[in-house]
Amino acid sequence: MAKFDLKINGKTQSLDVDPTTPLLWVLRDHLNLVGTKYGCGIAQCGACTVHHGDTAVRSCQLTIAAVEKDITTIEGLSENGDHPVQKAWLDEDVYQCGYCQAGQIMNASAFLKSNPNPSDAEIETAMNGNICRCGTYTRIKKAIKNAAAAENA
Amino acid sequence: MTLVKTTYNRRSFLKSSALAGGGMVLGFSWLASCKPTPEQVRNMPKEWFDINGFLKIGDNGLVTIMSPNPEIGQNVKTAMPMIIAEELDVDWNDVLVEQAPLNTDIFTRQLAGGSQSIRQGWQSLRMAGATAKNMLIAAAAEVWQVPADEITTSEGVLTHKGSDRSAGYGEMASAAASVKIPEEVALKDPKDFKIIGTDRKNVDGKDIVTGKPLFGLDLQEENMLTAMIVLPPSFGMKYESIENAEAVKAMSGIKDVFPIDVYPEGVQRQWSDGGGIPQLVAVVGESTWQCMQAKKELKVKWQADSKLESSAYHEEALNSLLNSPPAAPARKDGDVKRAFKNAAKEIERTYSAPFLAHNTMEPMNFFADITAEKAELKGPIQTPEFLEKTLASVLNMPVEKIDIMMTRMGGGFGRRLYGHFGVEAAVISQKMQAPIKLVYNREDDMTQGTYRPAYKVRYKAGLDENNKLIAWHVTGVGTNDDLVFENRFPAGAVDNYLAEKQRLESNVTTGAWRAPRSNFIAGAEQAFMDEVAELAGKDPIDFRLELFDRAIKDPVGDPEKNDYDPKRYAGVLKLVREKADFNAESNKSVARGVAAYYCHNSYVAQVLDLEMEDDMPRVKKVWCAVDCGIVVNPLSARNQIEGGIVDGIGHAMYSQMTFKDGKPEQQNFNRYQLIRHAQAPQEIETFFVDNGIDPTGLGEPSLPPISGALANAMYRATGQRNYHQPFATEKRILG
Ligand code: FES
Ligand code: FES
Repeated sequence: MAKFDLKINGKTQSLDVDPTTPLLWVLRDHLNLVGTKYGCGIAQCGACTVHHGDTAVRSCQLTIAAVEKDITTIEGLSENGDHPVQKAWLDEDVYQCGYCQAGQIMNASAFLKSNPNPSDAEIETAMNGNICRCGTYTRIKKAIKNAAAAENA
Repeated sequence: MTLVKTTYNRRSFLKSSALAGGGMVLGFSWLASCKPTPEQVRNMPKEWFDINGFLKIGDNGLVTIMSPNPEIGQNVKTAMPMIIAEELDVDWNDVLVEQAPLNTDIFTRQLAGGSQSIRQGWQSLRMAGATAKNMLIAAAAEVWQVPADEITTSEGVLTHKGSDRSAGYGEMASAAASVKIPEEVALKDPKDFKIIGTDRKNVDGKDIVTGKPLFGLDLQEENMLTAMIVLPPSFGMKYESIENAEAVKAMSGIKDVFPIDVYPEGVQRQWSDGGGIPQLVAVVGESTWQCMQAKKELKVKWQADSKLESSAYHEEALNSLLNSPPAAPARKDGDVKRAFKNAAKEIERTYSAPFLAHNTMEPMNFFADITAEKAELKGPIQTPEFLEKTLASVLNMPVEKIDIMMTRMGGGFGRRLYGHFGVEAAVISQKMQAPIKLVYNREDDMTQGTYRPAYKVRYKAGLDENNKLIAWHVTGVGTNDDLVFENRFPAGAVDNYLAEKQRLESNVTTGAWRAPRSNFIAGAEQAFMDEVAELAGKDPIDFRLELFDRAIKDPVGDPEKNDYDPKRYAGVLKLVREKADFNAESNKSVARGVAAYYCHNSYVAQVLDLEMEDDMPRVKKVWCAVDCGIVVNPLSARNQIEGGIVDGIGHAMYSQMTFKDGKPEQQNFNRYQLIRHAQAPQEIETFFVDNGIDPTGLGEPSLPPISGALANAMYRATGQRNYHQPFATEKRILG
């Protein structure tokens, strides 16, 4: 066990956990921030994506001891669920089961920050690490393009 | 008063209205955890028991509608309440939706499976809405002292023109609550629908994009412990002993490690217990990560108790079964043997597909709190009613003492029909005397079994000198499963027809996987049909239409037996031909495939265009024509169709489960490939046939034919046919 102070969604959280614990399980089990999902635990599915500073990272691979920057999770992406990417998702009615979507949204929002005007191919490459078992890929792509367009308008 | 549901605080609303005693309750108690008293149930006329629907109207006009069936991503949680709201005649913005718990006293068929929720719920949901509307009208008639048939309703408002009076549903709700439930109600004419047939957003959308706890895995309850299980490493092995229990128990956060008897001797297993494994090892601890670490350290001894099957064995055994004709055919018309002898041309092809895991994004999990007095369970389950039955037997407890709440599910695809994980959770909670949440890690989820069976099918067709199809022979085999639907197309369209099916017993457990059997045989049949049409020198769509024409005009055998309507079948093919401009000159150079199929009472035809990129197909566009009767919510219906297409392409191209000495060789997404963004079709366009027929299945029918359309388009692109899934690893494609 070791003590950690993390800044998550703008709030400082003090924790006493095993330093090898992945951020994913700290969020879910210790902070009850369950919006971040578990899908594979081995960096293959993207369900656990959060922002580490401005970068999208897989929280199943980032141990709590390795966290260096502020963390943003789906719960903290926007105050009222009105981040342009969330709005675009609502407009397109993207989700089916919805389980993968927090990870998709976190990855897409970080990606658009670094590339505000992406091509289809760039979207596909950036999003390829996020599996959607329900197959909502065409809607996700459309929502990302709409979010980009809304921001550039 | 109009309140928008997304800004409303549901819990306080429920509480205050319960205190105020206002509103009309149709035969049930509003607190989701309570079951209605027999008194309340008796108040419903006997003949209405099968058509119960749940709704409550607040004195402010807000309506809460319970969605009875489990939500697995097929969007019934929006569609089922839409049907009730339509007949109730309310503004959809005034509707709140709640997931109903399992309640067999009130609901029938609280099950997600077979694409049947809407089809089978259609009448009872409409009745539920219409009954409530009727009672509101009766109440207003009484209060206003006017004839009921002079009162009209619209969007939650009752109006009596003659006396110039009107009132919101909320104002009449309390009076309506004491109105006798009508014996008969009129349902709307579909042409007057205002909600059904319009695009309505997913009622959980906002909660999904903001990461609210919706899923079973998200549950956190007071004093809850986490549990994980250790499965046998191979099919054909069973539990022997734990070798280092003490060392593992000493690990940080670990509470206990012990073997569990999930299905003790004498327990009555339901079909829904599927491939549930009788003996497992449980690890219980304070947190998921600690349990995961303990699981890694734990050493369990297993012993082989039946054959340790490898994929090579499955291949061989299925082949030999395919080559040994069964004792009796499943269907036989005419004389196939003679017809082949007389045929001018014949063609024979064999197709195969591997085992598949369901791989729902949310792994199996369940919450259980079992005490001597009662059992409380929550989690993702497609068959809560059957889980309750098994639990009653395992826990030796009457069903009245067992409460099951369904959470939103991170995917189903048939996997959560098999609720052994709910039983496992209950057994662990009982032993720990504590509330626990059982969590499967991805490896557990992928290796537990309950797979889509491995299949092989051989087709043989004969043409006469005029290139007319005169003989068709299909013989199919599957592990623990029949494959062939003997009465489906082209049965009834060919004079000489023979269908055979056999199953290979295997200890690799299998279960229903999205569109069972159809998920493979549709694509195989439609790929074969393409080759037969080519052999006949005919356009692939014309060739199929000729057969449907035959089945319409002069069906072979008893037409009642044929499990499809050739007119509707032909209808979707013609529609997709027109929408994709199939025969346009400009499309002649495109690698394009077509397929059509009927399953789950619905008809689907697809055209798929692709280009080869680095030896792999990239699907440019899919046109999909669907006849599933009335479409309740086109927005999410299109989503389902798109999902089925992506799913079907993905699994036919990339996915497989293989075994070495009984051990699954794919245990996580590093070795088990699922379709990803860059492999998904670039565009999908869906067209629904508008025919006013009562709704039929939608969650499954777009999946089966797409692998046929894909294979046919790949042939046009490469000149080579694909017969063995997954196509990506079939040698000829990789070169
Ligand atoms: S759970 Fe982290 S990538 Fe899958
Ligand atoms: S919406 Fe179900 S996994 Fe993506």
